[in-house]
Amino acid sequence: MKELTFETLIAVFEEIFGQGLFWAMVLTALVVTGAYIYVLVRDRAMSMRKFLLAQLSMPFGAIAAVLFVQAVTSSHFRDIGGPVDVMVLLGVAALGAVGTAILVYTAQSLFRRKST
Amino acid sequence: MKSKLIPLTRRGLLGLAFGGAGVAALSLPARAERISTAARIVIIGAGAAGTALVNRLVERLEGAQITIVDARAEHLYQPGLSLVAAGLKPQSYTISQTTDWLPEGITLVAENAAAIDPVAKTVETTGGQTLRYDFLVVAPGLVLDHDAIPGFSLDMVGQNGIGALYAGPQYAARTWEAAQKFTEEGGIGLFTRPATEMKCAGAPLKHTFLIDDISSRGGAAGRYEIHYAAPQAATFSVPIVAEKVRMLFEERGFTPHMRHRLVSIEPGSKRATFEKTETDATGVELRSTVELPYDYLHVIPPQRAPEVIRQSGLSWSDRWTDQGWIEVDPHNLRHLRYPEVFGLGDVAGVPKGKTAASVKWMVPVVEDHLIAAIQGREGTESYDGYTSCPLITRVGRAMLVEFDYHNNLVPSFPGIIAPLEELWISWLMKEVALKATYNAMLRGKA
Repeated sequence: MKELTFETLIAVFEEIFGQGLFWAMVLTALVVTGAYIYVLVRDRAMSMRKFLLAQLSMPFGAIAAVLFVQAVTSSHFRDIGGPVDVMVLLGVAALGAVGTAILVYTAQSLFRRKST
Repeated sequence: MKSKLIPLTRRGLLGLAFGGAGVAALSLPARAERISTAARIVIIGAGAAGTALVNRLVERLEGAQITIVDARAEHLYQPGLSLVAAGLKPQSYTISQTTDWLPEGITLVAENAAAIDPVAKTVETTGGQTLRYDFLVVAPGLVLDHDAIPGFSLDMVGQNGIGALYAGPQYAARTWEAAQKFTEEGGIGLFTRPATEMKCAGAPLKHTFLIDDISSRGGAAGRYEIHYAAPQAATFSVPIVAEKVRMLFEERGFTPHMRHRLVSIEPGSKRATFEKTETDATGVELRSTVELPYDYLHVIPPQRAPEVIRQSGLSWSDRWTDQGWIEVDPHNLRHLRYPEVFGLGDVAGVPKGKTAASVKWMVPVVEDHLIAAIQGREGTESYDGYTSCPLITRVGRAMLVEFDYHNNLVPSFPGIIAPLEELWISWLMKEVALKATYNAMLRGKA
């Protein structure tokens, strides 16, 4: 790769998902993150009950993310060939886990406010 | 209390991430000022090279008359053909429209070049137009000389165990039909490559590795052999890569037939004839004929510059005389006898670099020297033969091999992605990021 600038990176992601879908995904991620920060600020506290459920959802999010990436790229666990592959796999799993946790926590806070 | 800190930390991380994105956004390259000119620039070919260049030129030049000459309505994403020929992508994956990628403000002549006169500085088109130029960029790609192999014709592809994936999307799809039968029934798989220079010299190996991998997990498991026949002495032009490929061949039980050039085939009896070259103790080359049987045969024909180029007087007169590649300086791709002519992409007579990844590095160099010439100065950018090949070794793994004119490895991610290791991440790059990067390149953005 000759010049990996931020602009190139955005252009590449736009091409991977299509311009519409890519920016829709960015927007969704921003909205969910914004909503998460909003409920944290609004409630001024972490709800341990909601956080527990969010934590319990993390392994499912991690596994789902890994299986999704493997499915769209014709890959399997047997293709892991070196340390960098393990890091990519763990990275995908971590993103899936954190994303799911934030989503689950935020969804509970927004829609089940009374249950704290 | 402890767990309360977790989201705060996470927020901190998010903040860092956004901050990082902000910093990255600030470091966007400043757009160079546009240069006013009335120069007439003709580009022959709207493939990867011509399209990427024209999109960059319109950003840099004001008032230039840019004409791109190409009769092909379809733009082909050629790096995808290997995936189509292994049943991993549909043929539509490789096809878009030429006009989808071209910028506003230029002229597309949807005809082919019929003649080039570098002395009078004109290009004649097949429709009879005469285009005058101040600068000419020759990027028509290359032609596959299928007729050079007696017994073979393109209409055979897909039947009786014959594949030829280079010939285009429909032939790549038909190649998979023939190859798929082999992966289910087994037998002898015979994979070839030509004696000429060729585009993506890793693709013959990719096809071999992919069909072996799919066979080993398909109905053919345990009932097939893989033979690889090539006119060269080594499997890859870069010695360190050739050595790695030799090890992979051994590991996977392939039989190499080096210095074997495919000369003809007999589709009826499923036999291929090769000219075998051996060197005796005194250094004299001895040629003999060898017949090899096959159940699946992958044919890659000799590759040459288009006839119009070979007739134009732009080709090297003392190198590749049977192939006709353009005589350019290997570092700035400028013609050695006609400095207002550039050779770009497959047709450039340089020792390496008939890949889209090379084009990505060649285009900014030609852009720099062309614009410098318009301004009456010398360009400063230099191309050192960069070529990249995500050498697929099986479905799900590849080696990200990158090298230059000097046969040095030039990894983009040293210490992270090892060039000679079969890695999943290299496969992900080929599968997910490569087409996106290619498209961004076409738009002049990568």
